[in-house]
Amino acid sequence: MLDPLALAVAWPLLGALSITLLPRWAAHLGILAAVGATLSALGVAFAVMDSGSLTSELGGWKIPLGIGLRADGLAAAFLAMVNLVALGVSIHASVYFADSKARHHFWPLWFLLWTALNALWLARDLFNLYVTLELMGLSAAALGALSGTRESISANLRYLLLGLAGSMTYLLGVALLYVAYGSLDLVQVARSLAPGPSSAAACALMIGGLSLKAALFPLHFWLPPAHASAPAPVSAALSALVVKAAIYLVLRLWLDLFAGIANASAAMLLGLLGGSAVLWGSWQALRAERLKLLAAYSTVAQIGYLAMFLPLIAAAADERGRASLLVAWVLLALTHGLAKASFFLATGLVQKTTGHDRIAELGGAAQSLPAATFALGLAGAALIGLPPSGTFFAKWILIQAAIASGQWWWVPVIMLGTLLALGYVFRLLARAFTREPTPPHFVTSARAELSALLLAVLAMLGVGLAARPIANLLGV
Amino acid sequence: MNPEILITQMLYGCIGLALFLLGIGSFILHEGLWRRLIALNVVGSGVFHVLVAVAYRGLEQTPDPIPHALVLTGIVVAVSATALALAFGRHLEDQNDHA
Amino acid sequence: MADPYLPLAIVLSSALPGALIFFLDEEFHRLRTALNLFGAIFKLILVGWMIWGVFHGHVYLSHLELLPGLELILSADALSVLFVTLSTVLWLVTTIYAIGYLEHSPNRSRFFGFFSLCVSATVGIALSGNLLTFIVFYEILTLATYPLVAHRGTPEADRGARIYLAYTMTGGVVLLTGAVWLQTLIGPLNFTQGGLLSTAPESLHPQFIWIFFLLLAGLGVKAALVPLHGWLPQAMVAPAPVSALLHAVAVVKAGAFGIVRLVYDLYGVEFAYGLGLLDVLGAFAAATILYGSLKALSQDSLKKRLAYSTVSQVSYIALGASILGPIATIGGLVHLVHQGLMKITLFFCAGNYAETLGIHQVSEMNGVGRRLPWTTLALTVGALGMIGVPPVAGFVTKWYLGLGAADAGAYWAILLLIASSLLNAAYFLPILYRAWFRPPPPSWPEEHRFPTRLETDPALLWPPLITAVLSLGAGLFAAAPFSPLEWVRLIAAREYGP
Repeated sequence: MLDPLALAVAWPLLGALSITLLPRWAAHLGILAAVGATLSALGVAFAVMDSGSLTSELGGWKIPLGIGLRADGLAAAFLAMVNLVALGVSIHASVYFADSKARHHFWPLWFLLWTALNALWLARDLFNLYVTLELMGLSAAALGALSGTRESISANLRYLLLGLAGSMTYLLGVALLYVAYGSLDLVQVARSLAPGPSSAAACALMIGGLSLKAALFPLHFWLPPAHASAPAPVSAALSALVVKAAIYLVLRLWLDLFAGIANASAAMLLGLLGGSAVLWGSWQALRAERLKLLAAYSTVAQIGYLAMFLPLIAAAADERGRASLLVAWVLLALTHGLAKASFFLATGLVQKTTGHDRIAELGGAAQSLPAATFALGLAGAALIGLPPSGTFFAKWILIQAAIASGQWWWVPVIMLGTLLALGYVFRLLARAFTREPTPPHFVTSARAELSALLLAVLAMLGVGLAARPIANLLGV
Repeated sequence: MNPEILITQMLYGCIGLALFLLGIGSFILHEGLWRRLIALNVVGSGVFHVLVAVAYRGLEQTPDPIPHALVLTGIVVAVSATALALAFGRHLEDQNDHA
Repeated sequence: MADPYLPLAIVLSSALPGALIFFLDEEFHRLRTALNLFGAIFKLILVGWMIWGVFHGHVYLSHLELLPGLELILSADALSVLFVTLSTVLWLVTTIYAIGYLEHSPNRSRFFGFFSLCVSATVGIALSGNLLTFIVFYEILTLATYPLVAHRGTPEADRGARIYLAYTMTGGVVLLTGAVWLQTLIGPLNFTQGGLLSTAPESLHPQFIWIFFLLLAGLGVKAALVPLHGWLPQAMVAPAPVSALLHAVAVVKAGAFGIVRLVYDLYGVEFAYGLGLLDVLGAFAAATILYGSLKALSQDSLKKRLAYSTVSQVSYIALGASILGPIATIGGLVHLVHQGLMKITLFFCAGNYAETLGIHQVSEMNGVGRRLPWTTLALTVGALGMIGVPPVAGFVTKWYLGLGAADAGAYWAILLLIASSLLNAAYFLPILYRAWFRPPPPSWPEEHRFPTRLETDPALLWPPLITAVLSLGAGLFAAAPFSPLEWVRLIAAREYGP
């Protein structure tokens, strides 16, 4: 019996290696590895839903020397979403990069990134998290620069350096924890963690470093240029998955590791940063002149919502309130992952057709690609939080928690953020209605368009209506 | 614990922290790629210093292997990142030359 | 034993064909028409089945629990059956009309896809068993109607659609906030005869008042309550079948239906009266009725005149809800159906004038009665009904509203009804006079001949005739079993108890 956790990491790694060896078969091997990884990730999710959580030790080496993997509900939910998105991105990329020179570099780096992501959700100690973070950051920066333009290289160089600074900061926090508690295992450290200056310093360093990687306002400045200049499938992965990994770790450390010392005022600080991110990111997205910049700023705003949960989780009256906020957090994150990936993929199609992505001049281009425009519309609606997307139910719970805990000031922030999101999405969709007739066919390139469309449909109809199974997976 | 070991640990640890702060400060304050890259490597050295100090258990004792493993891995990562940053830098310079 | 599938099937019977239609190539004309009509007729059959079931005491309930306290419920009570039936019947008619109307225009797959989604959302609104589900479909409705308003792709269409969206979505966010606030205070908000709030502690009453205003503002945007009506005349840029749908079946009606749910099934009409909220609602309704009629007077564009008339007429529903007592309730609720039948007739006729003769302005309508006698006859029935001339359905509404107002001692409402009817006459009768008694001009602005012996394309002619006959029938046979009036009496009897 093969270990599903190891398989989830092994499939993309094998993909990366085999494509490096046999570059001529890149697209075929890529799809094969992508399907394998996705199936094993879904296998992990179903197994976790049955049994609560899975653990394994790679190669039978015992911890602390060996590398352990663990999947609980939270990790399994993200693992499943990330692999579905990554599968969609791979299928799309097999068309997008079909006749570009960049494909030789894209596939190995892409699977390296995928390996890092899968390993990150499954890591169970602080140092493996560091390694996966770095692997993720390196491959993401290399992928982002694939378009080879000056703009993209300098933006991704900045991203690389800042990411490195972020992970070094995180690593110093890890070192402080090791000094104090002599262990790196998440569970063990969490059990023995006591309030004190070194724990507080470690908490600040680790959360701070991760916030930089997660582009939490005001540390978001690197994100829009980096994500807007990368090739579309890469932007999709960066915005939907890589940033999500960092904010996931913020939550995971906050809830699992630092639960004892993370106090309400620290949570409030993160929440305020999140609220500012929502307003600032949405406002910038509304003003953006280019489609990809719009999508990138929208990511800044969405990360803000995720941070806004922290003070409300801290203030939740009972376990039930906490649990429903956690589910809402996951719903929002998963929906954003699917929707933003779809949004960027569709953007790429528009950009390829018109040769640019200036919103004011999109005009008939949007109309000549009905399936892609449809994906943009559905994904956009999910980003706004229109029902029945997961974002809608997440915002419902968020507003409810804000009112119930007396932190009513989040309510206008959410309302305003939603209206701004509405503005930036429909500023774009309004371009799709011109007097030119649409082409006779709904779909022109099935693999490229349907992958985007399916991700958007999942974002709009899948995550929200599947809230019950997702809650079961999370064990609440 | 042996005070001599403790002092050694404190000394190296504090130097490590100082290097970290120095590097971060320089990273924030400076613009150019080379300075920032060097600053980041100083930051890395600082963190590794702290970890090596943690591992020290006196001259007679074998050091704690786990921090050493961390430092080794960390160095590999830092070197790769530096290499990638340098490659990016060269690309940018090449494009400048052509422009 | 509750049937868990029928309400869901009724929603899906148009949503699934709609989703398929998007993927159809533009030239698959027959397949698209077949899918459209199949969905419309199949839905009608399902609704007929449900009416039969509800009448015999069957319970229909589809539900999906997302999280504790977050549950999607589709169920059928007497009120939802009323609205479902209205929208299903009118959808079938409008689909036929739209097929004729858009025969040669581009982007039909996109149009009919959203058209079907729009009706699915309306039916979902009608069948919603709690406020959460209502909001879900309410927002889907906004999303599905936006492309219909923007359909023509002209700068005016773009502008109208943007204004429409800005109004309705802002309203949606306000509605959402109010709903969540209320749910935080008293738990899940299932629509219940007699309301939910009367048992809540008195300390919450001030918050209930605030929440009522939030919810009313959110619903009032779609119901076009003054001062939230600004989108409606702008949305007139849409193709005629869309205007018909927006005004008679879907959007405006969804807002009015929401206000009915808010007053009767969330707050409870007596509880709302106790808090003084009905007076506020009545004041808004009265202002809207007068304002809409006054504005309609000065519009030369036929569709704009009809639009302001909608602003005015839909508020009769809110007016009925704002007067305590079963008779006024009957008058308000029955107008939900009557206004739908009459207004859709008027919009179909306006579309026929535009499509057949190129007439868009009232001032161009001299003598159209001779060129399009049947269409003008339907227009006459609709217009007389709006004024309240017996035996058209509008008379029944005004009769019950007036009786109810007298019964409740709200004599201002009777004055309002008289004033409004005079204004209705003032803006409709000149149209009829021009159409029948003025000589026609030597040539029409843009005449279009159809290959038929009829005065216009049969797909354009039959729908207004059918709805005109229905408007007459709803008035003439108001006392027959299963007439809208009888059904509404049943609802009112349940709300106020024996």
